[in-house]
Amino acid sequence: MQVLQLVISGVAQGCIYGLIALGFVLIYKATETVSFAQGELMMLGAFCALAAMAFMGFPFWLAVVSAIVAMAAFGVLLERIVIRPILGQPAFSIVMLTIGIGYVARGLITMIPGIGTETHTLAVPYKDQVLNVGALVLNMEQMAVIASTAVLCLLLYGVFRYSKVGIAMQASSQNQLAAYYMGIPVKTLNGLVWGLSSAAAAIAGLLLAPITFVHANMGFIGLKAFPAAVVGGFGSLPGAIVGGLVIGIVESLAGFYLPEGFKDTAAYIVVLVMLMVRPNGLFGEKLRKKV
Amino acid sequence: MRFIFKTDYDQDIRLAKHGGQVFWYSLLMALLLAAPWLFAEYWLAQLTFVLIYAIVGLGLMLLAGFTGLFSIGHAAFLGVGAYTEAVLVNAGWPFPVSLVMAAGLSAAVGVIVGLPALRVKGIYLGIATLSFGFIVEEVLARWESVTGGNAGISVKKPGLFGWTIDSGTGFYFLCLAVAVAATLAILNLLRSPTGRAFVAIRDSEISAQSMGIHLARYKTLSFALSAAFAGVGGALYAHKLTFISPDQFNILQSIDLLLMVVIGGLGSVHGAFLGAIFLISMPQFIALSKDWLPPAIGQAPGLQGVVYGVVLIAFVLFEPLGLYGRWLKMRTYLQLFPFYRRGMFKRQKSFQRSDRLR
Repeated sequence: MQVLQLVISGVAQGCIYGLIALGFVLIYKATETVSFAQGELMMLGAFCALAAMAFMGFPFWLAVVSAIVAMAAFGVLLERIVIRPILGQPAFSIVMLTIGIGYVARGLITMIPGIGTETHTLAVPYKDQVLNVGALVLNMEQMAVIASTAVLCLLLYGVFRYSKVGIAMQASSQNQLAAYYMGIPVKTLNGLVWGLSSAAAAIAGLLLAPITFVHANMGFIGLKAFPAAVVGGFGSLPGAIVGGLVIGIVESLAGFYLPEGFKDTAAYIVVLVMLMVRPNGLFGEKLRKKV
Repeated sequence: MRFIFKTDYDQDIRLAKHGGQVFWYSLLMALLLAAPWLFAEYWLAQLTFVLIYAIVGLGLMLLAGFTGLFSIGHAAFLGVGAYTEAVLVNAGWPFPVSLVMAAGLSAAVGVIVGLPALRVKGIYLGIATLSFGFIVEEVLARWESVTGGNAGISVKKPGLFGWTIDSGTGFYFLCLAVAVAATLAILNLLRSPTGRAFVAIRDSEISAQSMGIHLARYKTLSFALSAAFAGVGGALYAHKLTFISPDQFNILQSIDLLLMVVIGGLGSVHGAFLGAIFLISMPQFIALSKDWLPPAIGQAPGLQGVVYGVVLIAFVLFEPLGLYGRWLKMRTYLQLFPFYRRGMFKRQKSFQRSDRLR
């Protein structure tokens, strides 16, 4: 029973990793760039909701929606202002750029007097509720994480499978030039992808907030989402979620069964092993470079 | 405008291309040698830090700027070097031997990290090094019998055949000597076949491979050398701080090191030094500007992060060649005086090259 309990809390944590990793993968697929600012976007999303609830007095659900919309708009804006001018330059410039964005975001939040350096709680309606199923004690916060991730996955699946925008995104992620020739507005789509991944990050932030509190450094959890993305295969959306779950469960079990210290490094050990054994990840496509 | 007439093949690989370089670098060397008598104790310590960071930067420059492999966990090598030095010197080993051991152990660790580098590239490599950095930091924190754990470990003064270097000035000269040796080593490496192989790998792995360069061997070698430089830098860093703890070698330190080479200018030896100067002087400037700014901004704790981030974004957007690139542009402008064109250093925009080529 205890194993099951551990697995469930691991799944909940893994869903968070998966959601952040989803953001990486969306951006990577669409623009071949890696965003190191994803964790900071998540943090901004949580702060948005906090601001909406605490200072503007919005009810919870309205705050959630407004935070997600605000972050999506922020993502589009970010792409337009800083990312688009350097597209086509070496991938590493963009990595450094997103590291810079992360620094600025974290610094600006910290600079807000009286708020930035404190930790806050996000007053969610389901806080501290517990569900008893048989001998299992299910935490409502964790259940909310799992349920919303499942819903979000279905939604994204629907968008990519059936909507015109989603199909256009798939086309442009497979071959930008060909997509451009077919009349797909690749640049606009890149902006939308950034918006979408920022929204995903905001959702992750909102779900994480009741579990770990809201503070300026909560974005560092984004660094654990990289292993998730790699384990799943960097170019695969379902892979990101599965990778997140793998990392979450391994971490949760390692925290209980292995000596102290393994919990924090479990994710990184898993990813190193993965890179040695299967560099393309669980769901990654095996592609060879041809001249 | 200077025209160099080449009459000898050796002129192509000579370290100093012309008399002007000999003159200016000699002047710089003389200034650095006279520094202890010119600057106050505090600024001399800052200069020592610049030299130490420059040594680490040279290593990272070799890896990132010349071989095109990006490491987001370079602080791990710094940490390995620092802890090796601390443990060995505290055990009474003479300084030169422990320095070599620090470099050697870091290089060995670099080879281990380099192994996945043979199979993965691009962002995967970045994440592999990032993961490795976290693991090393955790090992340093947990291996308490050797490293003292999170409480840290204090480092004795470096001893050299019976006499110890205990003054700031003496240590400055030690760092200067090591930095000069490291720079000469890098310059010589870069004009040797090995260095050219590194640059070829950076520019195109496939064409390098077609030219008969053994990718696996050279990539591992690059990792090992880079880690060795970081190890030497770490050893000096440990002595300079006299007290080290695992959190000095965390992800933020790794990112600082990357920031240093990117802002200094990727792919130039000068860039490592300019980046180190930037990295050390920036906190000073921020501290100075605090008096001028309104207290709501000046006293805020996140100011340094914002400034670093903005500077980094600005460099990536507007000056991808870094500080050294800016200097090159200014120099070319002056040399060619009325004939400088705006597009001279324009980088060609490559069409998106996919890692997932199909």
